[in-house]
Amino acid sequence: MTVTVVKPGLLTTIQDLGRFGSQKYGVIVSGAMDAYSLRIANILVGNLESEAVLEVSLFGTVLQFNDDHLIALTGGDLTATINNEPAPLWRPFIVKKGDLLKFKRAHKGCRAYVSFAGGIQVPTVMNSKSTYLKAGMGGFEGRALQKQDEIKIGPYTKSNKEIHQYAIQLVGPASWSVNYNELISLKQQQTIRVMPGTEWDSFTTESQHCLTNNPYTLSTEADRMGYRFEGPALSLTEKFELLSEAVTFGTVQIPPSGKPIILMADRQTTGGYPKMVQVITADLASLAQLQTGAKIRFRLVTLEEAQQALIAKEQKIKTIATAIRCSAKLS
Amino acid sequence: MGKEFKHVKFKPLGDSAVMVQIGNTIDPSNCTILQNLASLLEEQPFEGFIEAVPAYTNITIYYNPYTLFKVNGNVTSYSFVCQYVQQLITQMTTVKQHTQRVVEIPVVYGGEYGPDLEYVAEINGLTTDEVIQLHSENECLVYMLGFAPGFAFMGGMNEAIATPRKETPRLAIPALSVGIAGKQTGIYPFETPGGWQIIGRTPLDLFLPNETPPSLLQAGDCIRFKPISEKEYKQLKETRS
Repeated sequence: MTVTVVKPGLLTTIQDLGRFGSQKYGVIVSGAMDAYSLRIANILVGNLESEAVLEVSLFGTVLQFNDDHLIALTGGDLTATINNEPAPLWRPFIVKKGDLLKFKRAHKGCRAYVSFAGGIQVPTVMNSKSTYLKAGMGGFEGRALQKQDEIKIGPYTKSNKEIHQYAIQLVGPASWSVNYNELISLKQQQTIRVMPGTEWDSFTTESQHCLTNNPYTLSTEADRMGYRFEGPALSLTEKFELLSEAVTFGTVQIPPSGKPIILMADRQTTGGYPKMVQVITADLASLAQLQTGAKIRFRLVTLEEAQQALIAKEQKIKTIATAIRCSAKLS
Repeated sequence: MGKEFKHVKFKPLGDSAVMVQIGNTIDPSNCTILQNLASLLEEQPFEGFIEAVPAYTNITIYYNPYTLFKVNGNVTSYSFVCQYVQQLITQMTTVKQHTQRVVEIPVVYGGEYGPDLEYVAEINGLTTDEVIQLHSENECLVYMLGFAPGFAFMGGMNEAIATPRKETPRLAIPALSVGIAGKQTGIYPFETPGGWQIIGRTPLDLFLPNETPPSLLQAGDCIRFKPISEKEYKQLKETRS
């Protein structure tokens, strides 16, 4: 099976869960911005959770399928249509040869994920298929998708075949979809949980209070690398020179302007700005779905609460995976 | 050796990483300790270990809290990782001398390859030949990589050639340019905008995506810059392409 890119849209890239193990060489992690949606998209078609999918941003992407095939759409609701009819979201379905999948506009959220049973066949570079745009490696020839690109899809495995058979019956009243609300929020006004960052104590009490008691608005400077927010400026008790050191997904850095920057999937591996707070892993996917202009409030939690939230969501994903596997086997 | 580890501090970098601080200063002995800790971790990884990234004074250990939760039940994964690392540190009763790799970096200095060489000489009251000599006679130590793939943060440059960054950064510095920023020297792996004073260029590739490891330089390496002529530069560049 192949998929033809009719229109690439704003930014469509191949991503998996990221390129780990080479950060010590300065190689960034990349990977899906909303990893929960990527994992569910793969589970829905019987792939390994870590398989590469397409990450579609906001609008404009049009894809054509060159064969009948099992796929799934998750993540933000970008008004996806199949041959101009609303496409099913958050459940497996079968597209026909010649079908056109379009993403018209961002209705809820910012990024959608398209998984293909059998996965995307691109070379694995340093343990990952993720696109690393700046270094021009990974994904589809190291770049975002362009018009006329042909994406190769891998052969079905046993579990892909089982879900394909099951998906044939998933029409009308038999239909269901994954309740994603327990994993991600697509709201453009929401609370994002943070825990104290490595330099939390170096900020003034007023700034600590300010961060957690005021809304912050996502500026137009928001991409896969980082999100800049507008809101009351935050300041250190006294200026100090921080040596460059490791950062991670969700690290909230405060540059001299005092306006927070949250590091996202394509962040550099190290940074030298003070790290005031850290978005908890369980809320990263919701953060990834914010659009410019979104208003968030930061709520401070402890490390224990952060890890409990993470474990609860992992268990949720496991439950979803088991339910789908069992339904497919019983069908 | 025990006394050197008295000041080890652990702090969480979010819910899935621990930063292990072993000092506060840029110091070759800290670098050695961090390198030894990094190799110990790679030889004896715990279940749920993802990767470790050394910096000047600390090393950050990334882990999967869910894996650790499944293995250890109720023990919080953060305290488990801290205890695990503390144990490794205790094992390091004698710091085994990490076998240091020596990497020679050929550099063509000045001219079109190093447009700021004359400025660096002038501001420091030296001739360009003296700058080249001072830049290439000291060995430099790679403390960490970051900023871009294959970019090394080095220490050990002779301070007699320290030069402030340009007031207006260049829009594009050619890939593999060798520069000075304050007391630091470094090599840009890719074309990038930047304010460094550019004194030369190397024909060696720094980022090697198809090799293991994918970087010419690694933390802990000893670097020797070797002046070469433009002719040698072109020959080396050709044999590599």
